[in-house]
Amino acid sequence: MNLLAVDFVQRALLAALVTGLAAPAVGTYLVQRRQALMGDGIGHVAVTGVAVGLLTGTSPTLTAVVVAILAAITIELIREKGNTSGDVALALLFYGGIAGGVLITGLAGQSATTLNRYLFGSITTVDATDLWVTTVLAVVVIAVSVGLLPQLFAVTQDPEFARVAGLRVRGYNLLVSVLAAVSVTVAMRTVGLLLVSALMVVPVATAQQFARTFRATLVLAMGLGMVASVGGLLISVEAPVAPGATIVLLAILGFGLSFPIGVVLRRRRVAAAPIVVEDDPFEVDDPHTAVPEEHGHQHGPDCGHLAVRHGDHVDYVHDGHRHAVHGGHYDEH
Amino acid sequence: MNVLEARGLTVELGGRAILRGVDLDVAAGDMVAVLGANGSGKSTLVRALLGLVPLRRGTTALFGEPLASFSAWHRVGFVPQRPSATSGVPASVREVVASGRLARRRPLVPMRRGDKEAVGAALDAVGLTDRADDRVSLLSGGQQQRVLIARALAVEPELLVLDEPTAGVDLATQRTLAELVGNLVGRGTTIVLVAHELGALEPLIARTVVMRQGRKVYDGAPLPTFADLHTHTHHLPTTGPQDHRPDLGTPLDRAAGGELR
Repeated sequence: MNLLAVDFVQRALLAALVTGLAAPAVGTYLVQRRQALMGDGIGHVAVTGVAVGLLTGTSPTLTAVVVAILAAITIELIREKGNTSGDVALALLFYGGIAGGVLITGLAGQSATTLNRYLFGSITTVDATDLWVTTVLAVVVIAVSVGLLPQLFAVTQDPEFARVAGLRVRGYNLLVSVLAAVSVTVAMRTVGLLLVSALMVVPVATAQQFARTFRATLVLAMGLGMVASVGGLLISVEAPVAPGATIVLLAILGFGLSFPIGVVLRRRRVAAAPIVVEDDPFEVDDPHTAVPEEHGHQHGPDCGHLAVRHGDHVDYVHDGHRHAVHGGHYDEH
Repeated sequence: MNVLEARGLTVELGGRAILRGVDLDVAAGDMVAVLGANGSGKSTLVRALLGLVPLRRGTTALFGEPLASFSAWHRVGFVPQRPSATSGVPASVREVVASGRLARRRPLVPMRRGDKEAVGAALDAVGLTDRADDRVSLLSGGQQQRVLIARALAVEPELLVLDEPTAGVDLATQRTLAELVGNLVGRGTTIVLVAHELGALEPLIARTVVMRQGRKVYDGAPLPTFADLHTHTHHLPTTGPQDHRPDLGTPLDRAAGGELR
């Protein structure tokens, strides 16, 4: 029997494809904001969302999206404040989220196996509705991430400058956070909430080894994410391995292979970069006055003249003026 | 009409008064240097003028429009004080400079020819055309400063605000900057420049504002004594630590100090 002709495998492949494209697109902005682990935090809180879905009998994907978006907005507001206690606040939020999820799942009378489907992914149980929701969300994430690239790049690269360029920095930052939340939920069924951050970040790290521009990094990361996602699924169809873990390990393998190549490439670029010979400021722009007079001695710590520290050198006070050693002569300072 | 107008600017950060009732008027075409020691509030002053720090008291207006309702940001260029132009993901020089053009672009609309020409002209003005497609992180500190200046020029501003553009940059960059500022002044651009040391820019400055402990203590022609103090330039930090030390920016590379970043 050809497994690839089976319905659920086809659905899984499509889900893996869109997830693999969407997660690194948002991940690029998170890495740019130096928030590589934010996806992981949102994933923790989304566990509570899944549990609420299980308890109330609504779609866990739907409740997870809502809770993940709320969590992402909270995280962004805490980050905006930028104080150190924000770090602790985030820890409270993340672990509260996962603990609450486990507790509520128990109250709902569901086993840990049910929760595991969301924690580690269960791409083979994706039904037609799930696939529909996942695809629509992923397409929205990709469209916004690529379409607003110049704005999102400016805001994540230098928020203060972006404000003076008239961009609504807060709005765009919240948008990145919401996109992250949505892609966490999209990837939940594929790689699971605990591994989702890997699919958002690892392809970006791999793409960085080769790309010179931000746009190229984003596009290449999307491609690499897709290859890892689809490739990992295909492996798990043939071999008795978990798809989520296989996808993530494949992505990390990609980084492992690309890293040495990247090191060599960068060395070459540094070597090839033109070395700019700066003019010597002491020779050109500095109208210094060489003192013609003969000195009977070398100025030094023991010469008896008052020594004055003057920036990076020492001046010696001498007959009412200050002399500094410069090459073979003295300068008037 | 004044390009910049501030009345009674008072800024408190963390319960400390950083600015205490500063008034400032900058007319169109002015070239003003804001001087002062570290912690004198000079940087906070220009940041408050642009709305980047919250005001405790006072009002500011840009081009006659109160800051709260000001929206013509394409008339303003800003060079923030930053140690480098890099960030988490590699970006090319051209991309960073092009982000300066956003105030004149609409979301979801690709760059038009005029936008591309402005970006090209800005790169040319700072002498980085040949490095446009390189990663910013491969540039020296002075070149990265020039990238930030080009980014501010890309919008073709009427008011250019520079926060310590001369801090820790090489002589070539200082000269480029002086030449550039001279040209801009000639074209009627209003320039507000925060500086610790004027360096090569000194001959261009017609008006200085001196800040001390959050107050404006002087506003007028450059003081000869101040100028005298800066006639020699023996301490140009031409070999600052960030120069020619490319930031490789991958998790396992070693930083220049040998530590894993």
